[in-house]
Amino acid sequence: MKANMFIEWLKSREGIYYLLLALLLVVVFPLALDSFRLNMVGKYLTYAFAALGLVLCWGRSGILSLGQGIFFGLGGYCMAMFLKLEASSPENTAIQSTPGIPDFMDWNQLTALPWFWEPFHSFSFTLIAVLAVPALLAFIIAVAMFKRRVGGVYFAIITQAIAAILTILIIGQQGFTGGVNGITDLRTLMGWDIRTDEAKTLLYFVCVGMLFVCLIVGAWVMRSKLGRILLAMRDQEDRVRFSGYDVASFKIFVFCLAAMFAGIGGAMFTLQVGFMSPSFVGIVPSIEMVILCAVGGRNSLLGAIYGALIVNAAKTFFSESFPELWLYGLGVLFIAVVLAFPDGLAGLYRRYVMPLESKLPAMLRRGNAEAQTLPVEEAK
Amino acid sequence: MFADYSMPELMSIFAMQGFAGLSLFSIFVLMALGLAIIFGQMGVINMAHGEFMILGAYTTYLTAQVFESVMPGLYGGYFFVAMILAFVVTFALGALVEWLMIRHLYHRPLDTLLATWGLSLILQQTYRSVFGAREVGVSLPDWMMGSIAVTDLVEIPINGLFVMVLSLLIAFAVYLLMFRSGWGRQVRAVVQNRPMAEAVGIDSGRVDRVTFALGCGIAGVAGSAFTMIGSTGPTSGQLYIVDTFLVVVFGGAQSLLGTIASAFTISQAQSTMEFFLSGSMAKVLTLLFVVGILMLRPQGLFALKVRR
Repeated sequence: MKANMFIEWLKSREGIYYLLLALLLVVVFPLALDSFRLNMVGKYLTYAFAALGLVLCWGRSGILSLGQGIFFGLGGYCMAMFLKLEASSPENTAIQSTPGIPDFMDWNQLTALPWFWEPFHSFSFTLIAVLAVPALLAFIIAVAMFKRRVGGVYFAIITQAIAAILTILIIGQQGFTGGVNGITDLRTLMGWDIRTDEAKTLLYFVCVGMLFVCLIVGAWVMRSKLGRILLAMRDQEDRVRFSGYDVASFKIFVFCLAAMFAGIGGAMFTLQVGFMSPSFVGIVPSIEMVILCAVGGRNSLLGAIYGALIVNAAKTFFSESFPELWLYGLGVLFIAVVLAFPDGLAGLYRRYVMPLESKLPAMLRRGNAEAQTLPVEEAK
Repeated sequence: MFADYSMPELMSIFAMQGFAGLSLFSIFVLMALGLAIIFGQMGVINMAHGEFMILGAYTTYLTAQVFESVMPGLYGGYFFVAMILAFVVTFALGALVEWLMIRHLYHRPLDTLLATWGLSLILQQTYRSVFGAREVGVSLPDWMMGSIAVTDLVEIPINGLFVMVLSLLIAFAVYLLMFRSGWGRQVRAVVQNRPMAEAVGIDSGRVDRVTFALGCGIAGVAGSAFTMIGSTGPTSGQLYIVDTFLVVVFGGAQSLLGTIASAFTISQAQSTMEFFLSGSMAKVLTLLFVVGILMLRPQGLFALKVRR
């Protein structure tokens, strides 16, 4: 029954878009790109996690968070702490005055591992922490704000301030966090070297897999009754409240979910890039995550992923070739996406490409047929 | 942390740090006044506010250069010319930005935030291309050098004092303009009830434009004053923008007095703690404190009681 519904859904137009994205990420990119570029695409995709969260949180529910970098960073730091502890085994750090603690702690005259580092010896604890730490902080922020009916620009400013606080804290507490350099020189995950090309390729596929998990969770939220309440809340908050719904709880839920997505993204970032630093936590990266979501279309989950890919690819291209033009480009992008294309790429697609699609029903039917074959085999 | 110091030492530490805090206070007040007008009255988030301030600072720097090379005899008075020029330049840019961008976005405050962030990136890169990435500074005229010794242990630099007096004067001028002039009444009328204000013949579009431009103009003057106590770089504005937004929100967005009181509290807390803790921890604690209070009391310290 369930499987049938799934197949029905895949045959729908939306299902084809998901399949096309899967095809692009799982088949086209790994075949077309060398392992260095593929690793870069993997890095871009980690931002897409945060952008997915923003679609739910900002596009769907009208809560603009300028602090997704906080959660991205927390997830990333949790993973980095685990990897760093593994990399600083007593044998590897024998030359330090205190062997067995991370090198930056030794440089800062720490002689024992701080208590909050201890649990990160355990991989299962780390995996839970990647989800739980961002969610917990998001929960505290959200309860404090939404229960008092603070929203809109105030919420945006407060989350931005918290992003600033966290950055200053990480940079200031060098001995505990690695300071402005971040946590670097990460080597192995449970004895498996993550720096080789094969490992990076495998991590790319893990990242794509996780992204699809988040995408499906997000799509499920959007399609469920919950998603409709979120939408109603965005447009007529009082009316939803007067209908008997506890608006604050819905907002808390969606904000925590977005934070968890960003946390997963951060952890995947650390794994693929091999370090984590405060420059991925603060105000600037947080607001750039918003632009990824806005470029893709703030109401479209798939759009957010394409937005993350396109904007980051453009960033890499311009920073490599014309560094001084990039900030102009980004600035213009911010203004244009707000003034001219508020629905981003997804909006443009809906307006210009979709009508074309309907004019070519034959092509669409062929697409449908292709879509049908794949999942049926899987279901058997 | 106080135990290592004797009582008179502590007193003079507080006095000196208090004064150091006052120059931070002046920057906060000057920047926050412009924001309080734009954000408090119009509800527009201007993320490029810091860049408008820096534009004022660069204008002042250029004026100082011109005075230095063309009429060094009059250098003592360059600041007043520069201040007016800074106001005019930023006012004009503010009006242009309002016309091109902001007026289309009044019903979407979150989007103004993003658009003005884009503007701030463009302005920053422009400054970097024109003035270079290094910070520039002006040489102070003679009468602003030196300091006044209040007691043996306490010395007050004249430039800091000047900037503080200036910021209070501007605050007072803004108060007169907003609450005692006919124009201010129009602004408040538009804020409270736009259709009604239009019905009695106020050109609300014009009021919006002038209000936004005025807020930017004050930011320009703030930048002008900023050159007296610090050097100017392309990203100097961004350093203060988050703090300043917190100042405005903490004070209660629509209250000028609240803005000044919260600028005072935040700057004093930060600068006093800086003496005993590291600078970064002082800032973290101050910001956490402010965010904590805002979570408990989201309307800010001095909330205006208005019927909605």
